[in-house]
Amino acid sequence: MLPSQLKAREFKGYPAEARQLAISHLDLLRELPASFVPLLLRELIEYDWKFPAERKQIDRQLAYLGSLSASQRQQMMAGFEQLRFSPELDHFNWVKAPTLFSEKLAAYFWASHQIDSFRTAAEDYIRRVDAATPKEPLPMPRLGIVVVGQGVTETRYPLFRKLRPHGVYFNRVKPANGVRTLLGAVTKRAAAHPVAYGHWYVDGGAAETISGPGVTSVAYDSLASARVALLFKMEEAIQSGIGGPEALRTMLHEMRPEEIGLSGKTDQAVLSRFETSLLTEGSGTQIFSTTFVQWAAREAWARAQPLTLLARFAPRQRQRPMNEMIANPEEKPALDPEGSLIDADMGAFYTWLNQQRLPGAEQASFLAWFEDHHEALAISPVLPRHTESDSPVDLEWLVNQLHS
Amino acid sequence: MCTRRRTRTTGISPSRPADKAMAIRRRVLLTGNPQTPREIAEAISWSRRDFLRLATGASVGSALLSFAPLKALALPRSRKVVVVTFGGGARDEETFMPDGQENIPHLLTELIPQSTFFTQVVNRGILGHYVATASLATGVYETFNNFAEVPPDHPTVFEYYRKDLNRPATDAWVVAPSNGFNRIGESDARSYGNGLGAGVILPKRLLSAALSSGGRVQYAHLLRDNYETPLYTPEVKGSEIDLRQLSGILKMSVDDFTAHARTLSSPDELSVYVARQLMRQLAPSLLWITLHDMDVAHAGAYSLYIEAIQRTDRLCAEIWKTLQSEPEYAGKTTMFVLPDFGRDSDNDSGGNGFQHHRTGDPLSRTTWMMVMGPGIRENAVVGRRVQSLDLVPTLGSLLGFSPQRAEGKPLTEVL
Repeated sequence: MLPSQLKAREFKGYPAEARQLAISHLDLLRELPASFVPLLLRELIEYDWKFPAERKQIDRQLAYLGSLSASQRQQMMAGFEQLRFSPELDHFNWVKAPTLFSEKLAAYFWASHQIDSFRTAAEDYIRRVDAATPKEPLPMPRLGIVVVGQGVTETRYPLFRKLRPHGVYFNRVKPANGVRTLLGAVTKRAAAHPVAYGHWYVDGGAAETISGPGVTSVAYDSLASARVALLFKMEEAIQSGIGGPEALRTMLHEMRPEEIGLSGKTDQAVLSRFETSLLTEGSGTQIFSTTFVQWAAREAWARAQPLTLLARFAPRQRQRPMNEMIANPEEKPALDPEGSLIDADMGAFYTWLNQQRLPGAEQASFLAWFEDHHEALAISPVLPRHTESDSPVDLEWLVNQLHS
Repeated sequence: MCTRRRTRTTGISPSRPADKAMAIRRRVLLTGNPQTPREIAEAISWSRRDFLRLATGASVGSALLSFAPLKALALPRSRKVVVVTFGGGARDEETFMPDGQENIPHLLTELIPQSTFFTQVVNRGILGHYVATASLATGVYETFNNFAEVPPDHPTVFEYYRKDLNRPATDAWVVAPSNGFNRIGESDARSYGNGLGAGVILPKRLLSAALSSGGRVQYAHLLRDNYETPLYTPEVKGSEIDLRQLSGILKMSVDDFTAHARTLSSPDELSVYVARQLMRQLAPSLLWITLHDMDVAHAGAYSLYIEAIQRTDRLCAEIWKTLQSEPEYAGKTTMFVLPDFGRDSDNDSGGNGFQHHRTGDPLSRTTWMMVMGPGIRENAVVGRRVQSLDLVPTLGSLLGFSPQRAEGKPLTEVL
């Protein structure tokens, strides 16, 4: 089907708000190239479960595309127009299943050596939309906090190596009451600027109690039964001969929160969908808590675009054969704190990188701390770069320094 | 707050003055003769940076080297070739860049000084391990589904070699990770295929076949599989054919094989062990070993990825040592070592850094290759961009067969 043939009734399977949005922009969708519309619909079909920041992005894209003249739009879409389809893709119902179609499209672009052209077209599109989007000032500068090394008593690993050029390395941090102090800082920011999904706490183990409202919390341990249920379904699918990793990925993508025991209630739908996606779309998030935290932090930054994010890594299980970890999830697996510290150190770097990709990066601050130890790394526009401090400091003082 | 400017080298900050590095690079690229492992690493890093600048549109001078003719007449007549590929590429960040060099001591200090080193090997095909390895073996960018158990569409290097030179089946072998790779030895191409390919040994399947069901737990670390996606890990299954390989080809009893396997720590160690046995029993002239441990990166655990790089580094040196000590190989074997491709850059927001190779960005498409052996210029760095498809035509020129349907060009620097 061609976009020009789109009709309102074809969106009847979409959730309510997504359907309304699609129908209200039907004329625009009909004007866009066939290699682009399914990618837009892939985002739009999830509209009902998107975070406010994501909804705003979709709204802006549609508004921007709608504001262009036909010739401007044609020029903007020229890169997408040039991409060729396979006959199989021509007959695919991409309105009904835009995500599955997008996967097949990407595979075809790789096989037909068009992936580089697609990348160029996509990057150009993102750049133009971004340039045309008015920048709204943030109510407060963003703050990212990462806690690494839980359970490690001693290490010779050179921590924060990749982060040090960007901030101050503190080697005499007083660790007492550290996690509570950092959580307190998150709670305080949430109280000062209450925004839906604006303040996050991700934990690789059991979540600490949060003393105030307004903080979205995601924890690996609290998803234990969902993970087991998911791994069981995966194992069942593999044993029944699902037909390879691509079919498995499709199955996972279509999984609803209720199917793995998460809440399907309306007021929790957005978060439940997010948690489900961490487990179904993340690679390794089902088996390694360190991967879970890194991926959850990445997704939270990219999708919810919060003002505050605290990510605390915990020891992951030791490596076992992947088949075994999927087929036989243990209740109390042996842990690998030293390996987890290295994972988390890289995870801290990635969390900072992902934070820096958001608007307001030049004002943002970041703190990484080796839990219960004396090492921390602070990055802020008010702090020097690539410096080291041996002054005794506590974490509360450090957090206060970030925006002083 | 009391802060002081860091003076210690962290490896992130410029580890030496830029002008010094530039001077080294200039000398290395002009002469093609770096003097120390550190200089070689510098040359590689600089060259790769040049490539990245090229990829982003900046202009740089050509790093093309001119090579003197080699001692072709002195080459041994019964030449052998061993190709070692990594399925699950390692990034420059964790290998040749300053922070990564600690992970590859053997490559840096033992192998590179003996090799001609290509710093920019570009893979323009599909970045999936089976299809990319098949492309390396055919010299054509194969386009089949990476996860399908299908043979390559184009003739493989093994078929060219055996058909053109009338070599027996025992003279070309592949040792590969178990999943997917079982069809890599022989293509579907007309007038090739059909018994003209390489024998394929899948060590994990071999081990699986050798084990009684009760013993599998003790060997679980050798049977683990991280192929492309940790979400899908088909069970490793052994068969009668595998057991026949064990006794008929490797000349090993099940007990000896499993007893030795217990002393090993990873699937790649098992592969190298099996490759050694093959060398001793059949001494194939064309042996292809695909290592795969580092693809554990797909599970997102950085420490496991680094461990695997360190192990691969050690295993490459061990393979080279074996080639020098085995009478059938010593003094007449050329070894090629290359990852099938790279992994995603930290800077590409579409990826998740080291974890995958899905973005198709320049780093995920760019890797390196080292070539060493008799007649190969030692301690030389080639900075020009070559393609991974150039491998098969190069092997054809070295061994004397005509890979007619292969694309790419022979690498004159090692001929």
